[in-house]
Amino acid sequence: MKPFGYVVAPDPAAAVAIVTMRPGAAFLGGGTNLVDLMKLGVVAPDVLVDVTGLLPDRVERQPGGGLRIGAGVRNSDLAADPQVRAEFPVLAQAVLAGASGQLRNMATVGGNLLQRTRCLYFQDVTKPCNKRTPGSGCPARAGDHRNLAVLGGSLHCVATHPSDMAVALAALDAVVHVEGAAGPRVIPLSGLYRLPGDEPDRETTLERGDLITAVEVPARPYARNSAYRKVRDRASYAFGVASVAAALDVAGGVVQDVRLALGAVAPVPWRARVAEQVLAGRPATAEWFGRAADAELAAAAPLRDNAFKVTLARNIVVRMLCVLAGVPAGDTA
Amino acid sequence: MMACVTMANHTSSMMTLRVNGAVHRLRLDHRTTVLDALREHLGLTGTKKGCDHGQCGACTVLVDGRRVNSCLLLAVTAQDAEVTTIEGLAGPGGELHPLQAAFVERDALQCGYCTPGQICSAVAMLGEAAAGWPSAASASLTGPVTLNAAETRERMSGNLCRCGAYVNIVAAILDVAGDGATGSRDEPQRAAR
Repeated sequence: MKPFGYVVAPDPAAAVAIVTMRPGAAFLGGGTNLVDLMKLGVVAPDVLVDVTGLLPDRVERQPGGGLRIGAGVRNSDLAADPQVRAEFPVLAQAVLAGASGQLRNMATVGGNLLQRTRCLYFQDVTKPCNKRTPGSGCPARAGDHRNLAVLGGSLHCVATHPSDMAVALAALDAVVHVEGAAGPRVIPLSGLYRLPGDEPDRETTLERGDLITAVEVPARPYARNSAYRKVRDRASYAFGVASVAAALDVAGGVVQDVRLALGAVAPVPWRARVAEQVLAGRPATAEWFGRAADAELAAAAPLRDNAFKVTLARNIVVRMLCVLAGVPAGDTA
Repeated sequence: MMACVTMANHTSSMMTLRVNGAVHRLRLDHRTTVLDALREHLGLTGTKKGCDHGQCGACTVLVDGRRVNSCLLLAVTAQDAEVTTIEGLAGPGGELHPLQAAFVERDALQCGYCTPGQICSAVAMLGEAAAGWPSAASASLTGPVTLNAAETRERMSGNLCRCGAYVNIVAAILDVAGDGATGSRDEPQRAAR
């Protein structure tokens, strides 16, 4: 690991100014991903700006029932928050589905959103990787890609976004508060992430020095009837193979509103808007849930060893929506 | 702010670490993790280095009562926090912590390398359960927590045992949970600021 300076800035604006000015500077949150990547040599900042003491670390109820979650809230505190558990269950479940008790105690909400892919090639500095070293190539398409993207990938990168929490936030229409060199601004979570295209090293729409300060989740009728389902290679403490965050509002057997996002299948938390549109005003049945999932996954472009993720994603979408609708899953799931 | 930028050019700092009730003042390279500070600078080798990447839990210690992977926690960020290691769990007269005694009683280890991390993790885990924190294995997010084998396995999944002593580890933890040995002493606290 390269030696580095360490700074505790007095306030967010000062932290932003330092990272904006110094190309080698990086924000330090819980460090669970950044410190690991520094040990691996994947990143080598020359100064760490510790923001854990600067960022809001409370979950606050907003007028109207939404939540404002400080970017410094530890993952374990978010999952344990009584209001999150009761009113936004998909969010608590997503956080609890990730990492371990120890890591959730350390990891922050802001850092969780900006964690890097666990693609083996990205984490191995002896291998080419367009995300780590632009233009060096991507061995994953011909190599080990069993757990890489089936949606949204490109010839240059098929890495998956590793967060569970971000999938739930995508389904809940969350917005992200950002402090930047030009002051604060708010962007929808769906506008935070970029698909890789021919620039897989540019993962978000953030500029150098931008600091996530909070995440806001609006109150919606469907939020209480929401859930997260994650499939992984072992029962606990593993990154997902496919996951779904779903929120559903049904009245008289008809879908009033639905929110769906997929995890572990794309370079970004994948908001399934095609499926949502198919379901609007349709019967809340396994058959329609299957049609919606199929419509969303029609865009899938699996590689040699990960086509199973398309079927898996379809099945968990149908199963999760059936559970939320209280209807039998039947043969379609 | 200029003072901050000047600091940024130093790669080591004088720092204060509080471990098991003792205060240590030492200069450490910023790259030093709490794990390496404990083992290499403070002579506290009870905390073990397994993977050094936050994947095995052997390095688990308590920071202000909360379990963390000390291999991913930079020592410079842990100042002002109270670190508790396996060496700090026994009582003043040397009497074992109930979890230490239960691990001995249940023979909850073979090689013992993961044991300090398992025990520190379990101490905090019992506090989390007592505080009503749900887990991925909980039937309800809002109901009371009842520790059973499935709950214990899920909550302890951050601690790997390559000998495969899991059956007795779970039994040892449930012995202590069943004794009502959790309480305010192990209540989760907010992370170090």
